[in-house]
Amino acid sequence: MWGKRLFIAVFLIPPLLLYGLFVVSPYAQAFQISGTDWSGLSPSYEFIGLENFRRLLGDGYFWNALRHNGLLLLLLPVVTILLGLFFASMISVGGRADRVGVHGVRGSGFYRVVYFFPQVLSVAIIGVLWKEMYAPHTGMINGFLRAVGLDGLAMAWLGDPRFSFWCVLVVLIWMNVGFYVVLFSAAMQSIPRDLYEAALLDGASRVTTLVRITVPLVWDTIQVAWVYLAIIAIDGFAVVQIITDGGPSSSSDVVGLRLYKTAFADGQFGYASAIGVAMFFLTLTVAVMFLRVTRRDRVEL
Amino acid sequence: MGYRISRRGLLHGAAGAAAIGALGGCAMGGDDSTDDAKGETSANNPLGVKEDAPLEVVIFNGGFGEEYAKAHEAMYQQRYPKAQIKHSATQQIAETLQPRFVAGDPPDVVNNSGASQIDFNGLVSQGALADLGELLDSPSRDDPNKKVRDTLLPGIVDVGSYDGKFLSLNYAYSAYGIWYSQKLFESRGWEYPKTWDDMIALCKTIKAAGIAPWTYPGKHSRYMSWPIVAAAGKMGGLDVLKALDNLEPNAWKHESVRAAAEAYYQLAVDGYLQPGAAGMDHIQAQTEWCRGKAAFLSCGSWLENEQKAVTPADFRMAIAPTPSLTTSDKMPFEAFRGTGSEPFIVPAKGKNVRGGLEYLRVMLSQQGASDFTRKVSSLTAVQGSSNGIELGPGLTSVTKMIEASNGGAFTWLYNSYYRKLERERIDAACAELFAKRINAAQWCDQVQKSADEFAQDPAIKKYKRA
Repeated sequence: MWGKRLFIAVFLIPPLLLYGLFVVSPYAQAFQISGTDWSGLSPSYEFIGLENFRRLLGDGYFWNALRHNGLLLLLLPVVTILLGLFFASMISVGGRADRVGVHGVRGSGFYRVVYFFPQVLSVAIIGVLWKEMYAPHTGMINGFLRAVGLDGLAMAWLGDPRFSFWCVLVVLIWMNVGFYVVLFSAAMQSIPRDLYEAALLDGASRVTTLVRITVPLVWDTIQVAWVYLAIIAIDGFAVVQIITDGGPSSSSDVVGLRLYKTAFADGQFGYASAIGVAMFFLTLTVAVMFLRVTRRDRVEL
Repeated sequence: MGYRISRRGLLHGAAGAAAIGALGGCAMGGDDSTDDAKGETSANNPLGVKEDAPLEVVIFNGGFGEEYAKAHEAMYQQRYPKAQIKHSATQQIAETLQPRFVAGDPPDVVNNSGASQIDFNGLVSQGALADLGELLDSPSRDDPNKKVRDTLLPGIVDVGSYDGKFLSLNYAYSAYGIWYSQKLFESRGWEYPKTWDDMIALCKTIKAAGIAPWTYPGKHSRYMSWPIVAAAGKMGGLDVLKALDNLEPNAWKHESVRAAAEAYYQLAVDGYLQPGAAGMDHIQAQTEWCRGKAAFLSCGSWLENEQKAVTPADFRMAIAPTPSLTTSDKMPFEAFRGTGSEPFIVPAKGKNVRGGLEYLRVMLSQQGASDFTRKVSSLTAVQGSSNGIELGPGLTSVTKMIEASNGGAFTWLYNSYYRKLERERIDAACAELFAKRINAAQWCDQVQKSADEFAQDPAIKKYKRA
């Protein structure tokens, strides 16, 4: 009995200690720092209570950034999951039924690799890559538009506040879809083929099969994807910083970037920590909410 | 197993325990003691450097690289062979050094530059910087009868001073102005315009010739605030700029600031800006200019070095002061914005503050300065240090502009006092202005509103420029 517990403890305690030291303790410190006017450049500081949070409530730049995170939160998970489900089902079960039974479209192995490609690149490379793609004269996007005669649609993408946020959203979707394609494909592999064959015999269309069979059976995975994507949407920092740096005129600013700039550019670590604490509660609330809202009876096979 | 702990319960418990532990020893704990190694002072060692005290230098690894610093370190070592020198270079100055400032263990010399420069407002208000006044009053290494102060170009002491204390040495000397290709202008018979009316007239000719008159980095639109503010200063005099630096009410609505904003807004209205420039960063815009797609560009004297790789051999880039707005401008056409850049600091809590000061003295020697100019093609804060060095066409035209101005260089300081004001707020306002989303009057209002915000923010230390 004790031997077994000891055995488990040996495996559990070191990672928990590491987790406590490097994840939980910085979080806890952020709470403490958010109550100070610490500049981050000297050991001296004063406790100022909830002053930083009061300031946060009246900070228009923070609310502007938060609004963008809100938009991301609405759009990023939905679009990414829909695209992910669509691509995954095409790869796994989208092919024409023939003697081999249910399988993916032709070349699905190839697509699987292509979709996953962005996952192999680091965020920094993705950022720089897309920044150059959006460039007004040398970029690929305008180059393509001009090549097909759509000169009128060629824009200064990242220099226009009407587009910069959407440009970032496209990159976020592009870089995330691949992972969910793979995740959903894996989940779909565990669905028994005969279910699809039965549906096929009954004359169900692809859309019906997707909605009535695939989605309910991979719901757990979708739920996980939803929470992951929500967390990415609340962050978004790295991509925004590299591609637009929040501009022009804060039109693509996000809370994470506000936090970073407040800490490292303005030297106001106390206030930056308050932003971090706000983000913490926001992420937590959203995660719990999403899990609640998407809860439904599990389909047992 | 006797009983089961839920995974969640276990995590909660662990988190609680870790949180309690963490609150004890936190990030903000620090050591207050300073261990300043001070040796004997002598004619040869006026700053009292301890011969064997180690020296740590951190360099911003940006456009200038780090090789020049290694040469300076070798010069220091030559004089103090027993001193060990630790050299490092990074692009992430703030991220790397911030924890060391907190821990009271900063390096002895820091080249606090680049996009992730540590905010001077924070450093100064925390008393984190050593006063470099002693360095200014020490004899120069080349002539014991001359103080270091007297070897510097005008403006260098101003731009590194906060409330009268000289805290940062801006080692490189940057001249700001409007750039053009001499080859292009000569081949077309164009001449650089000295008044704004001539500028607009020439822009019309240039556009008719199928070239965009101006380009600018729309993603860093603050580059275009430089000619606006310079033109305003030339029109209204230095007091206009001082009012901006001192965050005076309505300073940005001054008649000459408004006139300058109107003038440059005209470029956008008349379609003299390169289409698409709004979406370019500085490298993209500068490259378009080097490729001859646009005639004028606003930038500083680092441009030639930054564009070395893509500039055609016979391009002959040249700089000129901003055109005069009226015939009754308070400063002549030849006046330009000249100021220090590449700030070097000696942290007050460094282990070897004396060594840090001495290191700066080495940098400010003729040998140190001319070596810098040779290596990175940039002028330095030291007078006459580029004499006898063969400069590129761009830098040659910079030295000509300096000579022609006859000491008429001026600068503003709000960007070093309140970095965010320029980097975020003016940047954003200029992006709006040149994309014609706001007009010149709205630009003045918007920038004034931001300046007022800074003036009223108790978290920001205010400085007064005399």
